[in-house]
Amino acid sequence: MTSEIINDSSAIREEGVDDLIRPREPTSSDGRLKRLLTKKFIIGAVVVLAIVLFGVVGPFFSQDPRAINNIGLTPPSSQHLLGTTQIGADILAQLAYSTRGSLIVGVSVAALTLFLSAFFGILGAYIGGVVDDAFSLFTNVMLVIPGLPLVIVIASYIQNKSVFLVIIVLALTGWAAGARVLRSQTLSVRNRDYVLASRVSGEKTWRVIAVEILPNLLPVMSSGFVFSTLGAILAEAGLSFVGIGATGALTWGTMLSDASNGQALLFGAWWWFAPPGILIAILGAGLSLINFSLDEVINPRLRVHKMPKTEKKVTAS
Amino acid sequence: MALLRKLGFYLVALFAAVTFNFAIPRLLPGNPVDILLGKLTVAGPVSPGTRQALEVLFGSDTSTPIWQQYIEYLKSIATGDFGVSVTYFPTPVVDVITSALPWTLVLVGLTSLITFIVGVSLGTVAGWKRGTWVDSIIPATTILHALPYFWFALVLVYFLSIQLGWFPLSGGYNVRTSSPGFNGPFILSALYHAVLPALTIVVSSIGGWILGMRNMMVSTLSEDYVVTAEAKGLSPRRVMVMYAARNASLPSFTGFAISLGFIVGGSVVMEQVFSYPGIGNAFLLSVQNNDYALMQALFLIITIAVLFTNLIVDLFYSVLDPRTRAHR
Repeated sequence: MTSEIINDSSAIREEGVDDLIRPREPTSSDGRLKRLLTKKFIIGAVVVLAIVLFGVVGPFFSQDPRAINNIGLTPPSSQHLLGTTQIGADILAQLAYSTRGSLIVGVSVAALTLFLSAFFGILGAYIGGVVDDAFSLFTNVMLVIPGLPLVIVIASYIQNKSVFLVIIVLALTGWAAGARVLRSQTLSVRNRDYVLASRVSGEKTWRVIAVEILPNLLPVMSSGFVFSTLGAILAEAGLSFVGIGATGALTWGTMLSDASNGQALLFGAWWWFAPPGILIAILGAGLSLINFSLDEVINPRLRVHKMPKTEKKVTAS
Repeated sequence: MALLRKLGFYLVALFAAVTFNFAIPRLLPGNPVDILLGKLTVAGPVSPGTRQALEVLFGSDTSTPIWQQYIEYLKSIATGDFGVSVTYFPTPVVDVITSALPWTLVLVGLTSLITFIVGVSLGTVAGWKRGTWVDSIIPATTILHALPYFWFALVLVYFLSIQLGWFPLSGGYNVRTSSPGFNGPFILSALYHAVLPALTIVVSSIGGWILGMRNMMVSTLSEDYVVTAEAKGLSPRRVMVMYAARNASLPSFTGFAISLGFIVGGSVVMEQVFSYPGIGNAFLLSVQNNDYALMQALFLIITIAVLFTNLIVDLFYSVLDPRTRAHR
């Protein structure tokens, strides 16, 4: 779930460590920003912003998402742009509220995950010794224990779950991959001259970490954040779909679960089960595009130059 | 020595999973024993012994200290005594698992392996042909990657089963025309029923492999030794496979080990969509019926399977990458 999705690219990022440490050309933060603004990034950002806007503003203009009406399962019409559910609730309205719900879950889990992985990854690697051994053992154990089954086990013991609780559980089970990436990055940063210099000059530990080390980890952390958001949204959708998500909440997962329980498939009510999944996929694609651009900034080798090979070698060396 | 270290690590991980299993019901509010007894009394009269047995299992029995409960618990796990399932009362949990395990093992195991091999091969080619039209398929793979497993399964069922009627709606085999066993009709029927679940796993997890491998190939191809190999006049095929792909695939192997947990988790939800008679379906049934004994055992089985495959990949990794075994 959350952690595993990050991993596909985290492996790459670990390989890219060297590039981060020894930038081949001097780059100002200005240049980095300019490189980030590629076509991919702009498309991704526009898509994500549009969905966020829909989630934030949509609910104010939509109908009552929980309305009960005797016009169950009507196809899209001018009255209900996306049709109605089995009990006659407007699907567009449900979609707006669900978007809000899912985004809240995604962003909060990602924030908590980032905090936990930073704590275990950066602190462990910076302090080193027994603390590092213990932290990284803990991280690796959490990484190999399958996440979603663990979440399901935890969730099954609690009868009434609030959204808050689901967020906590997802964060607790999803931070390990991020921590491992941050640990390997921190290990390579902590022995650089300027970090040593600031330690020698007697700076406090928290200041060395916050001022000298953290800025170097920001690109990695932001791309981890983007992937955790998507992972958490997918995990929450899965949980709600099998009926052990937050009780009474409206998210993309609960919509899909309702649609499945309401036999939307058998009645051919595509307008019920299609929109939430499509929104998740579009949001995922948008977030991935943003992440590509981040990845290319972090790892210069990923940028594909369209020039003859010999020439490329000369400029690189 | 390195081998012992690895084995040690997986033992610790297993121990942690067992301990989670023990601690979670004891740490969380609510009393599983009451929920369970409520279920059991519907089925028939409950003996006082049952209540006590359940209390021992879930730790609401306050007369024995917690460490003693823990030892009892470890003992019962070591002897394979997981109790009796409520969902399939009065079948022992072990029997439920042994009948569900082959379904998942064959379906999820085989398809994830095939997906991995195909995905990494495609990624190798995509990375080799970087900067050409092949790059334009990358965005498509990310959309596949972001699809929720179960939603894609729903869409497949809608189009291929309900609209077109090509494939069965649910289940693992045709109950009317075949019976489980090593016979032709059953195997054919099982294969037929496995098409959609397998397709779900392949489509929703292949994107990640293609993308990860492609990016690593692009990085590796800019290494000096690849240029050297090209300069020596080796065939492009040899450079691509033996020089670039061998190194570039290393992170994918690590990723494969870790993503197993994800695949298993995803297939739990996927099995629900197809009512596939595997571990995932039994797991969710046990959750819905508050069948804690079965649920705990299934969680352990899933974890052990994932840990075991991780161990194998880990051992295989040192064969693949000589640098990791050089430490003496």
